[in-house]
Amino acid sequence: MATIYIDNVPYEVKDGENLLQACLSVGKNLTYFCWHPALHSVGACRQCAVIRYRDENDTRGRIVMACMEPVADQARISIDAPEAKKFRAQNIESLMINHPHDCPVCDEGGECHLQDMTVMSGHNYRRYRFKKRTHLNQYLGPFLHHEMNRCIQCYRCVRFYNDYAEGKDFGVFAAHDDVYFGRYEPGVLENEFSGNLVEVCPTGVFTDKTLRKRYTRKWDLTNAPSICHQCGLGCNIIASERYGSLRRILNRYNGDVNGYFICDRGRFGYEYVNSQRRIQHALKQEPAGQWQGLKKDTAIREIRNRIRAAKRVIGIGSPRASLESNFLLRELAGAEHFYAGVSEKESRLIKEVLHILRHSGVRTPSLKETETYDAIFVIGEDVTNTAPRLALSLRQAAKNQPKEKAKALKIADWNDAAIREVIQGQKGPLFIAAPYATRLDDAALATHQAHPDEIARLAFAVAHHVDAAAADAELPEKAKAFARQVADALVAAKKPLIVAGTSLYSPSLIHAAANVAMALKKAGKEAGLTYTVPEVNSMGLMMMTDQYLEQAFEQVYSGQADMVIVVENDLYRRLPADQVDEFFRKAGTVVVLDSIAHRTGEHAHFVLPAGTFAESSGTVVNNEGRAQRFFQVYQPRNDIQSTWKWLQAFVEKEQLAAANLDDVIQQLTMAYPELEGVREAAPGAQFRVGTQKIPREPHRYSGRTAMLAHINVSEPKPPEDPDSPLSFTMEGYVGTPPAPLTPFFWSPGWNSVQAVNRYQQEVGGMLRGGNPGRRLIEANGSSLQYFTDIPAAFHPDNFHWNIVPAYHIFGSDELSALSEPLQERIPALYLALSPADAQALQLQPGQQAELNVSGQTLRLPVVIRPDLPGGYVLVPKGWEATAGWLFPVQSSLKPMQV
Amino acid sequence: MISHLRSLWLVFKHMFHKRETVQYPEEKPYLPPRWRGRIVLTRDPDGMERCVACYLCAAACPVDCISLQATEDENGRRYPEFFRINFSRCIFCGYCEDACPTYAIQLIPDFEMAEYDRQNLVYEKEHLLISGQGKYHGYNFYRVAGVDAGVKPKGGGEKESEPVDVRKLLP
Repeated sequence: MATIYIDNVPYEVKDGENLLQACLSVGKNLTYFCWHPALHSVGACRQCAVIRYRDENDTRGRIVMACMEPVADQARISIDAPEAKKFRAQNIESLMINHPHDCPVCDEGGECHLQDMTVMSGHNYRRYRFKKRTHLNQYLGPFLHHEMNRCIQCYRCVRFYNDYAEGKDFGVFAAHDDVYFGRYEPGVLENEFSGNLVEVCPTGVFTDKTLRKRYTRKWDLTNAPSICHQCGLGCNIIASERYGSLRRILNRYNGDVNGYFICDRGRFGYEYVNSQRRIQHALKQEPAGQWQGLKKDTAIREIRNRIRAAKRVIGIGSPRASLESNFLLRELAGAEHFYAGVSEKESRLIKEVLHILRHSGVRTPSLKETETYDAIFVIGEDVTNTAPRLALSLRQAAKNQPKEKAKALKIADWNDAAIREVIQGQKGPLFIAAPYATRLDDAALATHQAHPDEIARLAFAVAHHVDAAAADAELPEKAKAFARQVADALVAAKKPLIVAGTSLYSPSLIHAAANVAMALKKAGKEAGLTYTVPEVNSMGLMMMTDQYLEQAFEQVYSGQADMVIVVENDLYRRLPADQVDEFFRKAGTVVVLDSIAHRTGEHAHFVLPAGTFAESSGTVVNNEGRAQRFFQVYQPRNDIQSTWKWLQAFVEKEQLAAANLDDVIQQLTMAYPELEGVREAAPGAQFRVGTQKIPREPHRYSGRTAMLAHINVSEPKPPEDPDSPLSFTMEGYVGTPPAPLTPFFWSPGWNSVQAVNRYQQEVGGMLRGGNPGRRLIEANGSSLQYFTDIPAAFHPDNFHWNIVPAYHIFGSDELSALSEPLQERIPALYLALSPADAQALQLQPGQQAELNVSGQTLRLPVVIRPDLPGGYVLVPKGWEATAGWLFPVQSSLKPMQV
Repeated sequence: MISHLRSLWLVFKHMFHKRETVQYPEEKPYLPPRWRGRIVLTRDPDGMERCVACYLCAAACPVDCISLQATEDENGRRYPEFFRINFSRCIFCGYCEDACPTYAIQLIPDFEMAEYDRQNLVYEKEHLLISGQGKYHGYNFYRVAGVDAGVKPKGGGEKESEPVDVRKLLP
């Protein structure tokens, strides 16, 4: 700690920071543009000028840029000195010379950092009488709108897109005041994190296109703290609603998880919530093919009667439903008749991951911690497409070792430009072994492409190199060299991180990754082990049951069960269609609760409209075992409600039938002591600040007395929320609520997302009162032996081609793929194979190839990928035709017969 | 007694004073043009809707009786998809007019809005939109804004230079 004097008042600040950070951390208002807590300082905009004095006798001082000046003990600075104020006002005046008269039609208006800073610096009148420079806009794809006139040349966008996210198709053009930020030519911005430009840009150059078509100001949105449901990482988000539709997703800072950034799937993949395919009301199908709408009460009564009459009811849960929903289904069906709605293969994989997390003694870092590791080995995972936000963290971690050089030169970690100068694009030890070239490969020191079995063998060999006690596998020459290189780099590092996952459906791969991590730990390294999981609550679900979908099918086939309740699950995405068809033929009464109409729903006798993350509250567990609460954003004007609320109507246990979320969690933790931490994931419904609830709406929310006046001029009573301390109105506590209950970031004078500075203990650090979420699993005491299940070496088979799943950030996830803005980015289903295989099979690119997977014939256009080593082919995972495949699948392969 | 007689006298005298009562509604009072009465939405000199759906009127409204939704036409021009004022809540304070950056929303000297049914005091865009420019003439926001919304091209404004050619090499 150091003491600095700001305008003669002493403050305790952290050593090693820069003065701007220090000023903001102690709550001072100081203007800035180019500095960003994650992108650090370059000193380009000259907006954070302060006066620095030599000592207490120095009355003149000199103007310095706070962001480029390190904190020094006893440093004396002034923010309020007239010279400093004048400098900042003049600087912003020149930045604003070309800024257009756009605020009323600009999507950033009302949450614009430039507006805030202009007001803060006191500049209010344009004295410049000459012409404004103008720019033409570019088409940047379905996510971002480009309005280049508004640019103030702070360079944040290129620093995020090119330097931080390492995108390749964006840049800065021209010179002096003509500087232009965009692509070489108009086109879709390719990087998976491009959406963060919306928040990184201090003004309205990059704005959210999905919000644009039904634009709403920040102050008019009803917001809730939520968790992204589009992959297993559980990034924190702010979800916002107006007039009954979800309008946008923003990043919600969590110092342990996503920090300042989320991926484009999370940000733009929300539109399924507003989809035409949403189930709005209870439906009944009797006789088959004839659907009729039911009133809520009637539906509940009829289903209740069926349950009473049924011989045995089984419940099929879901990895995309909350813990609470799964738990109530378990209570309804009974623990022995509650089945995880995933295939045996997937459930065993996740069980294995859980087992390793609990007993290997190797720490699973949080997403943010991932950025502190200095050597990474990715085993079999296409991280950018299976757990996108993790890829961004890995890119930062890969820079750690090159950064050591800068540290040796005593360059502070926030001095971004200087560090880059030292690193000169040097790559850190990031190694990727995957079945195909991944989007992260450009950051890797070395990569290796092979069949999943070969990758597992490779990883086993790496573990053996690190610790000879671990099982070894024989490798081909090229792989051998790679394994040695990886092992050497991991051993040379201080904190090596192993990343693997369930995406290739290979248990031996998961074991191999554990072997490497355990061997490194044994070698005295501070090793980390991260597994990615397929869905938002995959971990939570498997912490609740050992039973899987095939067992549920068995119950029905054996005639023991005659009623099935399926919760938020499309079984056709879990098992091959013929098996699921057979199941539904014999299943008796089928009740489906889901938000979206899908193939499983077509077989139901009753369909109940369940809420998505926007209409329900609950808890989910992410891939590191962190329980995180998400809250309902708005009260829909139809029968949609949380799945667990629907299920309450059928549960006989009295403590549950009339319970609110807290009571359900209470019962849940009683049944599962391991989930105890779920209770602390967020304050309970009784929580108040003083006597006040926390409003979901900003205090300047408008239109209350007119928005429903066309229906009835008498205003209805606002909806109440018995499940959380959040209210659905604008009334309540204005200030900083506890971190898990923060519906939006706002602070007087700080209307933009940068208001998050005011919610942190120190800028870029932990949120006040601690980051949200509770880790349920901590690594303690290694009781695991090395795994020995090395798979046999892979041999291509020209009659039974191995099909390996390929993942796509847009398309592989079930719900986000239904979102309209993503359609343009979802590739058409294809079959990829190596050039040699294509030649052998006489397949041309674009030609149709015929596959035969479990009796089903599929014709797919051929794509030739030179990165494939051959012997196996790729087919995208998660498309309707391939979602039910149990990978790895085998198929015959031939050109389509004409 | 004296005070009674005095009062009678005063009342009697008033019979010869000039009358202040106006025979409304037969006789209309004079209202100055800046009188804050019924709210209208005006059009720009080109006959297009002036409102750009910026939501500032709604934000300024102390009784929150304005509600609207922004949308865009094919040229990227912002306009309100719906615009609703609940006049049963309106207090005619004129803050919305103050807040309006495009002169779209204006209060006019008309107060004769009484209704038997409160529901009829909910005005939608078609009830609010007039075909003229109201009190402020000649202003078209899109002529001075930086965006291209089909009114003028980029760089076509009065105080704008031609769009920059980013590939030119001149200093």
